[in-house]
This record gives sequence, C-alpha cells and structure tokens, in this order.
Amino acid sequence: MVGQAEKIEAVAERLGARAGGGRSLWADARRRFLRNRAAMAGLAILVFVALFALCGGFFAQWSNEELDYMVMGQVAELGGPSLETGHYFGTDDLGRDLFARTVQGTQISLAVGVIGALIACVFGTVYGATAGYVGGRTDGIMMRLVDIFMAVPYMFVLILLLVMYGRSITILFIGVGMISWMEMARIVRGQTLSLKGREFIEAAQATGVPGPVIIARHVVPNLLGVIAVYATLLVPLMILTESFISFLGLGVQEPLTSLGALISEGAGTIAYGTMWQLGFPLLFFVLTLFGFFFVGDGLRDALDPKDR
Amino acid sequence: MLTYILKRLAVAIPTLLLLIVVSFVLMHSAPGGPFTAERELPPEVLANLNAKYGLDAPLWRQVLNYVWGIVAHFDFGPSFVYKDRSVNEIIAQGFPITLTYGCLSFLVAVTVGVSLGIAAAIRQNSWLDYAAVGVSIGAQVLPNFVMAPILVLVFTLWLGWLPGGGWQGPEYWILPVVALSTSFMASIARITRSSMLEVLTQNHVRTARAKGLPERRVILGHALKPALLPVISYLGPAFVGMITGSVVVDIYFSTGGIGKAFVDSALNRDYAVMMGVTILMGALTILFNLVVDILYGWIDPKIRY
Amino acid sequence: MTSKLHIAVSALALGVAAGAHAADVPDDVTLAENQAYTFWLLDGIPSLDPQINTTVEGSDVLRNLFEGLYNEDGQGALVPGVATEHTVSDDERTYTFILREDAVWSNGEPVTAADFVYAWRRLVDPATASEYAWYMELMQVENAAAVVAGEMAPEELGVRAVDDHTLEVTIENPLPYFPQMLVHASTFPVPQAVIEEHGDRWTRPENMVGNGAYTLTDRVIGERVVMEKSDTYWDAENTVLTELTGLIINDTNQALTRYLAGELDRVDIPPGQYPRLAEEYPDQAISVPENCSYTYIMNVGESGPEALKDPRVRKALSYGIDRDIIVDRILQGGQTSAYTWTHTSVAGFGAPEIDYAEWSQQERMERAAELLAEAGYGPDNPLELRLQYNTDEAHKRLAIAASQMLKPLGVNLILDNYEWKVHLSRMQNQEFDMARYAWCGDYNEASTFLNLFASYSGHNNGEFFNDAYDAAIEESKTAQDPLPLYQEAETILAEEMPIIPVYHYAQVFMLEEDMRGWPMENVQQTWYGKDMYRVAE
Repeated sequence: MVGQAEKIEAVAERLGARAGGGRSLWADARRRFLRNRAAMAGLAILVFVALFALCGGFFAQWSNEELDYMVMGQVAELGGPSLETGHYFGTDDLGRDLFARTVQGTQISLAVGVIGALIACVFGTVYGATAGYVGGRTDGIMMRLVDIFMAVPYMFVLILLLVMYGRSITILFIGVGMISWMEMARIVRGQTLSLKGREFIEAAQATGVPGPVIIARHVVPNLLGVIAVYATLLVPLMILTESFISFLGLGVQEPLTSLGALISEGAGTIAYGTMWQLGFPLLFFVLTLFGFFFVGDGLRDALDPKDR
Repeated sequence: MLTYILKRLAVAIPTLLLLIVVSFVLMHSAPGGPFTAERELPPEVLANLNAKYGLDAPLWRQVLNYVWGIVAHFDFGPSFVYKDRSVNEIIAQGFPITLTYGCLSFLVAVTVGVSLGIAAAIRQNSWLDYAAVGVSIGAQVLPNFVMAPILVLVFTLWLGWLPGGGWQGPEYWILPVVALSTSFMASIARITRSSMLEVLTQNHVRTARAKGLPERRVILGHALKPALLPVISYLGPAFVGMITGSVVVDIYFSTGGIGKAFVDSALNRDYAVMMGVTILMGALTILFNLVVDILYGWIDPKIRY
Repeated sequence: MTSKLHIAVSALALGVAAGAHAADVPDDVTLAENQAYTFWLLDGIPSLDPQINTTVEGSDVLRNLFEGLYNEDGQGALVPGVATEHTVSDDERTYTFILREDAVWSNGEPVTAADFVYAWRRLVDPATASEYAWYMELMQVENAAAVVAGEMAPEELGVRAVDDHTLEVTIENPLPYFPQMLVHASTFPVPQAVIEEHGDRWTRPENMVGNGAYTLTDRVIGERVVMEKSDTYWDAENTVLTELTGLIINDTNQALTRYLAGELDRVDIPPGQYPRLAEEYPDQAISVPENCSYTYIMNVGESGPEALKDPRVRKALSYGIDRDIIVDRILQGGQTSAYTWTHTSVAGFGAPEIDYAEWSQQERMERAAELLAEAGYGPDNPLELRLQYNTDEAHKRLAIAASQMLKPLGVNLILDNYEWKVHLSRMQNQEFDMARYAWCGDYNEASTFLNLFASYSGHNNGEFFNDAYDAAIEESKTAQDPLPLYQEAETILAEEMPIIPVYHYAQVFMLEEDMRGWPMENVQQTWYGKDMYRVAE
C-alpha cells in the first residue's frame, strides 16, 4: 500500500542509478516479473477481471436497469443465482440483474481506480519534476506546499466536494486522484534532483534545450519504473476510497453503480437471506484489489531485486 | 532535533490556515445553508439568523472572525444545528470516544499485526505462515462497512455476547475496535512479515546468528528494529484510514464519535462543527506525521534532520 | 356557542371526570418488573426546544418532556392535557381554556396560562426564528401572520392569560379543527425564567425544566436520549413506564438486527422486510396507517420544463407509475396506493371519485400513451426529464422503479440523487423537473395536506397556481362541512396533476410483545410514554 514509499524510493534509486543506460534493466525486470508466481497470478486475475468488465455484458440476459417483475417482491425466494431465470448472480432487491450490475460496477470501479491513479501520477510527476528541476526557492515553496497538502484530511475535503458538485463522476475521478499525488511528487522530486547533476541532462542544458522539454524528454522517461509501481499500488487504494464514498451515498448516480455501491447495498441486507447480493460484488472487488496488490508488489520486486 | 520539531510545528500554522480557508470557501459555495428548511424561512427571519451567527458579513470577514475566535478564546463557535451546544462541547463529547476506540484499534492493529507478521516470518512456509498470510490478505481488502454488520450479526444477534452499538462501557468498545483495526492489522502483519524476511537475510543478523545468540535475542535484539521501519512508514496512511473508518464505526455502532459528527455537519451545513472537526483532524494528522517521522529517525539512525 | 362544539367540550369534561387517561391498565393485568422502554431514533434530534423542533422524532420526545393543552388518546381523540376543558364564544373565534391547577414544572413551579402565552409569542417572534412560526398562522391565531412578518410586536398575538389558570385565544376565523391542532409540540408551554437564565442552552439535561410526564436525564449527540419518570407530573401516579430511552441508530438494517438481539423495544421495519417478519414474529410485526403521503412534485412553473406545463403530460406521467407494484412489491409493508394527496385514513376525509384510481394499470398505460401522443411525445420523440430525490435507500428504489415504469411510454427519467439540503435548496429555487416529496400531517385533518399546494403556500415548490384550488382551500377554512371542498381540491389535483401521489404511508414496525398502550388506531402515531406499560409474560 502507500506505506511502501521507501521501497519505491529504493526502486527509484536503482532506476536512477542506471538512468540513460541500456535496456537490460527492463529485460531483467521482465524476466524477474515473469518468474514471480504471485505477480503472474495477480496479472491473470486482473486480465480476468478486465475481460469480465469488458465482455461480461455480452453474456448478460438482462440489462443493468431492467426490473424483473417476476422476482420483485420475493427476491429472497426467487431472486437467487440461477441459470434458468438468466440471473447468473441473482438479483438485487428491485429485481435487477446482479450479473449485469456487477459487470457495470466493475467497469466504474476500474475506471475510478485507473483514472484516479493516473491523475495522481501525472500531476505528482509534473509537480515533482518541475520542483526538482527548477530547484532553488521555487522548489522550497513547492515542497512546503506539499507538506501543507499532506496534512489535509482529504476524505473530508472529498466529501465536501461531492456535496458541493453533486454526484459527478468527474469530480470523483479528480477527487480521488487529488488525494494521492503528494507522495508521488516527493519521490519524483528526489529523483529529479539526483538526475539533474548527470551528464546527459547537463549536455541537454548546454545545447540550450528548454527546461520543460528536458523534463519531458530526459527526466520523466527515467522515472517510468517508479511511476508504474506507484500507480499499480495506488489503483486499489482509489477503489477502496470510492467504495467508502459509495457507502456514504455520495457515489455514482443510479442506474450506474460501482462495486462499492453494490457491496454496501449487499452488506445492508446480509441478514435477510440474500447473501448473493453481497457475495458476487465482493468477490470481484476482492479479486480486483488482490490483482493490483500482487502485480504492484511483483513490479516493485522486479525493479528492485534483493537477495532473498 | 528540537529545531526540527519546531520547524515542523511552524508549518502546521499555514497548513491549518489554508485548511480553514479552503473548507470555508467549499462549504459556503455548496448549495443550501444551515437554515435551509423544508419550508423557506421568511427573509426577515433568515436575516435575523444570519446576523445572529455572523453569516451576514463578507466571507473574508467571517474567516477572520472565525480564526480570531480560535486564536483569542479557543472558541470554535456555536453549532448551528445543535443550538444548545458549542462546537467545543460537541468535540469534547465526541472526540474522547473516537480517541478511545481509535487508540485501542491502533494498539491492537500494531501489536497483533507485528506479532503475527514476525511469527509468520520466523516460521516461513509453515501452516502458521500460510494461515497468517491467507487471513491477512483477506482481511486487508474487506471494507469495514462490510465487516461491521457481519460482526453485529454474529456477536450480537446470533451469539448474544456483545452489545451491537452504543457507548456505555468497555464491552461496547470491542466490536468497534475489531471492525476498525482488522484491515490495518492485516496490512501490518503482511508488511512486517515481508520486511522481517528481508532483514533475516541481512549480514548483521547472520552474524548474530553465527555468534550463537539464541534465536529469541536475534529476532528481538537485532532483527526487529530494522524490520519495523516499513511498518512505521505505514502508520501515516493507517492513521488517515482510521479517521475515515471512524465514520463507518460511528454510523454502524452509534458510538457518538466525531466521524459521524463531521459527516452530519457537512450534510446539515453545520458550518462551525464542520470547521471544528476538520481543524481537529488536520492538527492530528500533522501531529501524527511528526511523531511518525521522529519514530522513524529513532529507529533508523541513518536519517538526519 | 354552537351545539357541535359544545358537545365536544362536554365530552372532554366527562373524560376528566372518569379519569380515562394515562396508562389505562386493566385490573387483571400483571405489570412487568421492568418498566423501561427503549425506542429507535434514526437520527440525532437537532433540538429539544418545542418552538424550534421540526422533526417528527423530535416531537415524539417532546411529547414526553412537555405537555400542551391537549393530548391524544390511542384513537386520536383529544384528552385533557394541561387544559381540562374549554369554551368557545358564539362567533367561534374566542377559545377559553381552563388549565388544571395541579400542573407543575419539574422545578416545582406551577404551570400557568402565562407560560403558554410566553411560548406562543416566542414561536412567532422573528427573534426566535422558528421554522414552525407559520404553524401559528395555520392555527389562525389573531395577528400571527403580522408578528411573523415583523410588522407587529409579539405581544399583539391573540393569546392572553386571563388569570393563572385561564387562557384565552382569539383566532381570525372559525376553525373547526382548532383544538386538534393544540396537540402539536410547537404549542407546548416553556418555562420563561429558565430560558431567560440559560438562553439557547436551556435544553441541556442539567438545565431543562419541563412539565411532561418525563424529565430529560441524558442526551449524547449521535448516541442516545434518556428520559426518566417525573414525580412532579400531575398524573405521575398513573404513569407506569419509569424510563424512556431513545437509541440513535443511523442504519435501518442495523437497527432491526439490534432489535432482534433484544436491545430495543421498538424499531421500524426496512422496506420489503415486513412480510418475512410478520410470518416469523406475528406478535411483533405491526403495520398500521400513518398520516403521511409520498409524492413526486412536478415543476409546472416558469422555470420548469416546457413539457410539464402541459397537464396531459403530467397526467400521463402519473398514470404511468404503477403504484400497486410500489406498495405490494417494493415497500411491502401495508402502505396503500395513492391517487389523492390526502391520506385516505385522515379523520373526516373521504376520497372523491378519481377516474384513474379505478382503472387497471393497462388502461392507465394506454391512456398515458394517448395523452403523450396528443402532447407530441412518444417513443419516436422521447421525453427527457430529471427526477431528483434525496439520498436514501427507499427513495432510490422508488425512483429507479418509476424511471423503469415510464420507459415504455418513451419517457426517459434521469435520476438525480442529492443530499437533503441540496435537494431542498434546488426545490425551493425551482431547479428541478420532478422531485420526491413527502408530508406528514401536523394534525389529523385534511387541511394539513391540502394547504400545501395553495398558491401562497411556502411548500408549493412546483409553483402550481390555480385559482379554483385556492378558492376551495380558502372556503374550506370557514366551512361548516369542509369535506366537499376538500374533495373539490383533490379533484382539481387529479385533473391538473401538478403532483403525482404515489403512496400513503403505513407505520411498519416491530414492537415487543409485552408492550401495551401504543396508539395503533391513531394515524398520527402520537405516542406518550405515560400511556404505555409492559405486562409480565
């Protein structure tokens, strides 16, 4: 999870040390990653979840919003998982097909996770690289600002944002992204500082290449490994955050749903004999999180090998 | 060291100011106000209320008044909704509750998590290891809003061992603490395990072993401290997670804590309570991060301030 | 003095003589050892100040802490509270209440007419800024409107203490149901000295002084409210329950679990769970009519969508919603399909003949399709509207169902979920197409519903302005028999359809088997701890 910052820094150091150097690092890493069983399992899980989210819709017998009047009102008795009714995962309390809803919820959760993590990474990288590259007083101010942002109770700000702008999925993306960019900015800045003194950057500077171009061409590419690791580990956090937001009822707007929303609905009714309403969404939720954790850990270990 | 601490604390002031301003602006730009009611109040009455609570002044003025109230009198203002309570009182009622189950959860998460992690690392690939890893992987991703109703169902309804909510004595603490601490405990166990495994292969541990020191002393005396580093850096995010989790605990276990007070105040536009809780949480976050950093420095002498 | 009212007064006087109030424990019943009652509160009660409170749950608590002029019995009939009887002047505009002499505040001071005068003035005083100030206008107390608007001093309000135990109220027009309105918590007396001493903080447990059967002993925000039997209450002798505890549980499912675990004596049943619970716990699951109606308000005013200005479209939308499915398959708790705004169980109300109430859903759908086609909409020219509701599991379900029900008509309802304050603010600024709304009668009479859609009403957020409707409401206020006028108003609502009545509430709850005295037959559900008791099993 995020607490692995110092490990990521280790990755960063290692990658930084070999910056500008050949492709053997990546080849090594790939080899190590492919040999890591947990990581490969994670990858397989993620592929499965992604396929489910993308193609599950083709198998659904019902849309995600249709009410099945045959089942409605007797969900505990008739709404269970069944091939006969076409509700493979059963139905929710309104008689809506849980399979279709889980597919759709997985899409939203993945989207929130991935886009949120991307926003955090892009913003954090640009911010950190700029601060590190420009240096001096700008750097001081920018990093002080990061310190300040770190102390903000984000969940509270996010709740405020959602209350203010209503249930907008864009706000959700940006909101969850905003929570996690600071740590990224710190790591990237540290790396940029150490890269700055390296000859290939100095050479670029000497030939008059403008700062932003140097950052984009020479600094950022050397940080891709760190970014990849950080992003992968960030995705599950984003998904967890979204699920909490959904629990508060501030999540995406019906008839859209997310895994978090489905789980919190399902968790409310566990005592009423409709366990499938919690079970199936939770299964995909857990699978997704595992997948990302394993792949993230695998990536980190692959890029930062230690003798085990 | 002292200068470092002072410097860090100095940053706290602009942080809190920024927090106040941002929250103020966000809050006031949200539709609906504290006096939005099912039936619109007559304009005169609304004007009266706004004057009474100082909401008729321009926003910058309100911010200034607010900050001045805190600086000069440590007064966070009156609640707009619970008219017979001040924000100070609401926090004084809710915060000790949140603090109690928060600290207990922290304690449980760290002690159980670390012990479990160490045990699993020492007996790597034993049944204990597999069980610990399996359980902690599962628990880590189980949201506490799923955990809470399950706990109540099992321990309150089926077994009848524990009360399902309220805050009347130690027996009421158990379920909230379990619900809140489990996922952090699991994470800590996992982190401890993997860092312990790593440390155990390092030279100084090997040397200690080679010297024939008893395993117990090797682990506690040489391996534990460095193995705890990643755990400590995890404490920061865990703390933030606990604050978030307190909302779930307050909702499910009606503990009367501060997490629910915040959500309610945001939804009711109880501006003052919301500000109060936000500032409190901001201050705690700053303080906590500082403590973590100091701990970190204490364990890892390589770090200089 | 008219004969009708005179009879009512005599009946009251008789009631006092017979002592038919308080916990009416039959002789052959053995009371349980434990006489504590624990009930469920969904949310913290914002204020325990009778003049500030606006919530139904708050009123429940207040009825135990304070006592107004009259109380209701288990059937909803008036029984004496602080007032033992009243007389009405010949012009039916002046009510003179005789207050009992043994009523005292919990600090030992006698409850006097002046306390009522103070409380009522306080309610309308703009300085109090009470959200329920308009209730005094509704009661038509003389000058209430002018005082609320700040044009007159609160002292000008038509209420006067003739002596310590005689209260005189002057109302602007004869109002047949005036005494019925006195049960409402906002009319409860409050202790002037205490309020002046403590200000807003007088409602804290250590400061509060009440005149009800119970006193406030503890109040933890977000956790509980505890009330203990008051020895100073005039009828303490006949009060059986010794302690009332309200536990705040924000989650309805969680509350039910804790009820089943024995932590609560009463809890609401979440939507859809009644049939199962009724089967499993036939002696505990209860469903009785409750005086509230659920509706979708349409914005028919200037800023509303063009389509909704056409009554044909509004009718089509209303016809398209299958209320039977909503009550029988989603709510499943004995709620009833609504074709009138006024709850059909309201005393003295009878629904007029509403055509579409009699049709089958298929007929309604056919008719709806025709109407939409006439208005120029249909599957080839779909109508897109937004339906907003406030964050809540049950509202969400109904909104989803409604959007699916209207789909075959070519109506595309986009759902907007807002939290309560935003929902209200958007409604009040006419920033909506359709919005969920519900209303619980303040008293058991149709006017509490129908007043809402008069053009001058503060609740008429859809801006339905209809002269005939206003005239009917205006006339009903003074009519000897207002029912035909109420029916006329309902017919106009069905014809113009500014709102879609969806269902009439039922109170669906679990109550421990040994509890007695819950007002099952009172649609207002005004329960009093003093009327309840536990029997030994």
